[in-house]
Amino acid sequence: MSTIIILTAVSLAQLMLTIAIAILSVRMFYGPRAQDRILGLDALYVNSMLLLSVFGIGTGKTVYFEASLVIALLGFVGSVSMAKFLMRGEVIE
Amino acid sequence: MTYSAADTPVWLALFIAFFILVGAGLALIGAIGFARLPTFYERIHAPTLSTSWGTGGIMTASILFFSVAGGRLIVHEVLIGVFITVTTPVTLMLLARAALYRDRFEKNPDVPLRSGQVEP
Repeated sequence: MSTIIILTAVSLAQLMLTIAIAILSVRMFYGPRAQDRILGLDALYVNSMLLLSVFGIGTGKTVYFEASLVIALLGFVGSVSMAKFLMRGEVIE
Repeated sequence: MTYSAADTPVWLALFIAFFILVGAGLALIGAIGFARLPTFYERIHAPTLSTSWGTGGIMTASILFFSVAGGRLIVHEVLIGVFITVTTPVTLMLLARAALYRDRFEKNPDVPLRSGQVEP
């Protein structure tokens, strides 16, 4: 019974997060300016990290936690460097 | 290391499902708002919904599931939650400042005013 409940919730959550990632990808491709594209990429990093964590709950393996930690870390570094590039024209002055 | 969902009692499985669905639903609402809001300065608030309680709900569900199915307290998902909570405002402040700088440099009419600036 509890297996059915958890697997149904995981399937619904995967569907919702996939729709969210599709919407963010549309905004990232057709965004009016560069700021919108960087913001869409940052939100896409966070949503893919959530999708990987939900997948880890569904399979019951602890490997996916480390992968989502790496995605969160590298997403922060990439977004900060791109924002710095928009502000100054250089990342490291 | 594999944990089975059959080791959790039914009432706790209901709690886990509730937290998973709250997190995923808030992430979906944030994405829809990010697609529909008109200007960039309103749009920058929408993904915050998925970084605050989207990660909170899903990490809470992960802590509950692995702690009960493993038979001991496993709290390393707190790391992801704290990291996302600390680093998201830094990114969004840098990005909003860069966007404001670009808009003022191009003299767009719809930028927010400086503090103490009067309407021209």
